[in-house]
Amino acid sequence: MMYSEKVMDHFSNPRNVGEIENASGVGTVGNAKCGDIMRIYLDVDENQVIRDCKFKTFGCGAAVATSSMATEMVIGKTVQEAMQVTNKAVMEALDGLPPVKVHCSLLAEEAIHAALWDYAEKNHIVIEGLKKPKNDIHEDDPVEEE
Amino acid sequence: MDKLIYLDNAATTAVHPEVYKSMKPYLEEFYGNPSSIYGFAAKSKKAVEDARHEVASFLGAKDNEIYFTGGGSESDNWALKATAFAFREKGKHIITSKIEHHAVLHTCEYLEKLGFEISYIDVDEDGVLKLEELKKAIRPDTILISVMFANNEIGTIQPIKEIGEIAKEHGILFHTDAVQAYGHMPIDVNELHIDMLSASGHKINGPKGIGIMYLRNGVKIGSFVHGGAQERNRRAGTHNVPGIVGFGKATELARKNMETRMAKEKELRDYLIDRILKEVPYTRLNGHRTQRLVNNANFSFQFIEGESLLIMLDQKGICGSSGSACTSGSLDPSHVLLAIGLPHEIAHGSLRLTLSEEITKEDLDYVIDAVKGIVERLRSMSPLYEDFIKGKNQ
Repeated sequence: MMYSEKVMDHFSNPRNVGEIENASGVGTVGNAKCGDIMRIYLDVDENQVIRDCKFKTFGCGAAVATSSMATEMVIGKTVQEAMQVTNKAVMEALDGLPPVKVHCSLLAEEAIHAALWDYAEKNHIVIEGLKKPKNDIHEDDPVEEE
Repeated sequence: MDKLIYLDNAATTAVHPEVYKSMKPYLEEFYGNPSSIYGFAAKSKKAVEDARHEVASFLGAKDNEIYFTGGGSESDNWALKATAFAFREKGKHIITSKIEHHAVLHTCEYLEKLGFEISYIDVDEDGVLKLEELKKAIRPDTILISVMFANNEIGTIQPIKEIGEIAKEHGILFHTDAVQAYGHMPIDVNELHIDMLSASGHKINGPKGIGIMYLRNGVKIGSFVHGGAQERNRRAGTHNVPGIVGFGKATELARKNMETRMAKEKELRDYLIDRILKEVPYTRLNGHRTQRLVNNANFSFQFIEGESLLIMLDQKGICGSSGSACTSGSLDPSHVLLAIGLPHEIAHGSLRLTLSEEITKEDLDYVIDAVKGIVERLRSMSPLYEDFIKGKNQ
């Protein structure tokens, strides 16, 4: 198997799978065309601390594992601190990913950012360094011919 | 891992014990070079010629129309490149299908770079070549039609006889990549009007690294591997005697067991297909329902991705394969699944299971249960499924 033990652990026993009802922020990134879609739900308390985070992912082993790891890493952090959960940090926490799978860790960062953006919009706050998410699952619809 | 249910026989197969037994003396005892003059090498030479005769008989060909190569990919490369080179003055147009193996498709792309023009013919939703499109694509400068006998991913068997007749009618050479079909169903090169055919040893319980090319007498194409005078000056390199002997034995076993094996595999295949389609919702069968290889089943499970499915099956001791992008190392899913019209997300969720003689109904019951559980689990994690269910309940 080309995956590290940690990746396999997070794939086989993913943490925080599911949905959060009335979530403070929801972000969905990726597209079905390239085979990865990630959705992150955030539950943020009044002190801007992430109380809970859940995910749903359509994708390969690396996509599931990075989603799982990213949710673990943001729980308990403030929304500002959550900005430090970069793709590099997620990848390192998983003991690395095969080169062809690095884009999966990018997706995890983008999904977190998209959920944070949704939260910031709803609450009319600004999170430093956070940009409007570019990736949207409908961005590539309809599927273009190559 | 204790349990192993191997359902990836289109990728490669186990060497049959009798095949191994037949090869062993030519590794240990009779290691002579068949091209040598002394008596010691005579046994090696006879073994090569016996194997050639076995293969020729299986295909309804003459012995001197069979050439041993290093495998299916080499045979495909030889057929396409050498034909292109030999007939480049006559024409630069080649016709193939959109669902060929990469050994053919990438060779065609290479030939395009050299100035050849390739027409890639469409298939229908079952993966059957559109014969009308093929006919329309024929030009005065068409030198070759290359269409696979049966597809490696979705198992669809092509109308080879019709294609052969069209080629013959127009005086165009016809090559078929029969790597998945050879040894798995009867093939008669004369009845089907085949001029060139590629096959491989390791797909029929033979060894890896050995293949054949059937080349009809009178088809004047050159050598692909230059060097010694082996294979009537057409394929240089010291004969892989154990490999050739193994290929011959595997062919002999395939021929002798053809009827019973086909019947058994077909029954198991249909059992697997029927149960999966009935018991797993939002699932489709890829490839033609009946006009397909007896050992091939290929499904698409909506809302899930193939690599995740394969890893979870592997954890239960089940070996399968998928047309998902993640398993191919590219960002696009299988060209075959896209060619039959599947949207990307459905193509990503494909699973190919290819049977062998060894598989039992009990094995399949275990596999079906595993697939059901895993698909359900992955769907519960899928945002696509979540959206689908919410959309349905609205």
